[in-house]
Amino acid sequence: MSELIASKIQSNPKYLQLVRQRDTLAWTLSALVCVMYFGFTLMIAFAPDVLTQPIAADSVIPLGMLMGVGVILASCVLTGVYVYKANQTFDPIVSEIVREASK
Amino acid sequence: MKIFKNTFFALLAMIGVFASGLAQAADAAVSAVATASAVASASAVAPAAAPAEVPLNWHAIVMFILFVAVTLVITYWAATRTKTASDFYAAGRGITGFQNGMAIAGDYMSAASFLGIAALVYFNGFYGLLFSVGWLVGWPIILFLIAERLRNLGKFTYADVVSFRLKQGPVRTMAAISSLIVVIWYLIGQAVGAGQLLHTLVPQISYRESIVVVGALIITYVTFGGMKATTWVQIIKAGLLLGGATMMAIGVMAHENFSFAKLFNDAVAAHPKHLDIMKSVVPIGAKANPIESISLGLTLMFGTAGLPHILMRFFTVTDSKAARKSVLYGTCFIGFFYILTFIIGFGAIVLVANNPEYVADLTKSVLVLKGGGSMPAVYLSHALGGDFFLGFIAAVAFATILAVVSGLTLAGASALSHDIYANVIMKGTATEKQEVWMSKMMVIGLGVLAVILGIAFEKQNVAYIVALTFSIAACTNFPILVLSIFWRGLTTRGAVLGGYTGVFGSIGLLIIGPTVWTKVLAMGPAIFPYDFPTFVVLPTVLIVAYIASITDNSESAKKERAAFDAQMIRAETGLGAEVGASH
Repeated sequence: MSELIASKIQSNPKYLQLVRQRDTLAWTLSALVCVMYFGFTLMIAFAPDVLTQPIAADSVIPLGMLMGVGVILASCVLTGVYVYKANQTFDPIVSEIVREASK
Repeated sequence: MKIFKNTFFALLAMIGVFASGLAQAADAAVSAVATASAVASASAVAPAAAPAEVPLNWHAIVMFILFVAVTLVITYWAATRTKTASDFYAAGRGITGFQNGMAIAGDYMSAASFLGIAALVYFNGFYGLLFSVGWLVGWPIILFLIAERLRNLGKFTYADVVSFRLKQGPVRTMAAISSLIVVIWYLIGQAVGAGQLLHTLVPQISYRESIVVVGALIITYVTFGGMKATTWVQIIKAGLLLGGATMMAIGVMAHENFSFAKLFNDAVAAHPKHLDIMKSVVPIGAKANPIESISLGLTLMFGTAGLPHILMRFFTVTDSKAARKSVLYGTCFIGFFYILTFIIGFGAIVLVANNPEYVADLTKSVLVLKGGGSMPAVYLSHALGGDFFLGFIAAVAFATILAVVSGLTLAGASALSHDIYANVIMKGTATEKQEVWMSKMMVIGLGVLAVILGIAFEKQNVAYIVALTFSIAACTNFPILVLSIFWRGLTTRGAVLGGYTGVFGSIGLLIIGPTVWTKVLAMGPAIFPYDFPTFVVLPTVLIVAYIASITDNSESAKKERAAFDAQMIRAETGLGAEVGASH
């Protein structure tokens, strides 16, 4: 990559916006996964009674089991959200930036 | 090329001879069954005692040989297409997102997570789910923060990315040391597991022979077929493992009339701890320990995002878009698989516990099984589908070990040849041919080392291996990689000091921790009372890397910070990234 292309990209407002948008999404989703997972973990550590109570009076299934499976499913869904957003929004902007820079 | 072909056929012939020897041994063994089972019951304590019902598992042997034959054909095919360094380390960067997603699943889902989580659930119930969850949540983080940028910045190893704008020598040395420690210990764990498992399933093959077979096969796959063969072995294995686990889970649910309520009720009734298995936030019998729980959580999540053999997979795809897609596929496969292992574990409580066919001594415990602690899933397959299904699952477990060990060996060899040899010792002057040759030598070296260590550790307590490998990955590779990608201020000094803090901090605290200090070394009460040191080491690494970087006012540090912009443009746009094959 030449200096010229680099400086063109760096002064392109689309590039700055892309970085800001993508970073915001990436860190927000990361934070979401961490909050979910460490919320679950902190409950295991400090409020196990909440997790081990059954989901219904006549059931042996504890609430924590549903939450654990929920964290797994939510993780899959959130990766899907990121991939969808990246395919739809970010990829076209990236190719635009690259095209404009190599003109 | 010709010499490769000849050596390849020689190896193929050797394996053929071994297989026919096996068949002969099998014949002899059938007649010796009575004696063998007598010996087995006499030494019921020995972890290798085989279930008397499966004196020689023909199904397993036929399926082992079938799998080996298919993978060797693939290796031959891959070998004829492996010419450049990029072919060898990164499968020519021609792997699609879906293929890489399967290969990621195949690389990551080890026999330890298949048999291990099922066994954790079998013994402890709910507690096993914590591992399933912890081992999955690293994947979204890999996608959001690492995968695409890693693909855009790196060539063959994650050290390429960390040293992108930093000093090659010290940074690559640090990254290679940390990768190698992770890889070698992970290999030991896999080798010991392979030896025990194969020997238990097919008692006619000894522990040592099992490990030698595994070692010979992975050396063949990786030296001849490089990343292409490794990738396809992992893809096939992922298909087999997902298929096998799905069939088992369906079998369990069919037995329970497709009712989760019935499954869990039956498990509570069958397990000697009854309702406690639904309340176990720590292993049954252990004292609740909030800090340990949190540290375990940190280790599993961030350790996943720092495993060198996993990170290496992102260099095999065509571009960052494929890297991104592959994580989505991989995460879904792995998440699905972990939910299956949970069902399998509970299924084993219902169908395997209390069953005199599988339990070692019903008068002592209704849980402890013949053949040791990793057997619940294996016996469940027998309870569901007899010898044939047991043979299939045994072959799947064998395929699983081969796929994971291949990925590990290639990752270790690339750290030695690409990072240490080509970039630190030769300072980039080695030709591609020399580098690939060196890699192949390193593959052979690591393969032999794994065999030797696997045999040496046969009788050792290796319970600390998961904590060791995941702690180093979580405290060194992951934070240094993320800092190098996102933080302009990181300098060589910060990366190196931070990295070594992670490596030696983790190892030091593990040595003085309960598992090693008290149980392995028998030195009395542990100085550091936690099994997982991540909650101390990870923040320390971040602080050390931060302080060592901001106080670095050298000229080179200024240049390193200034080079961040160019690195970021490449990371974000893929301009200048290694070009993938388009097929």
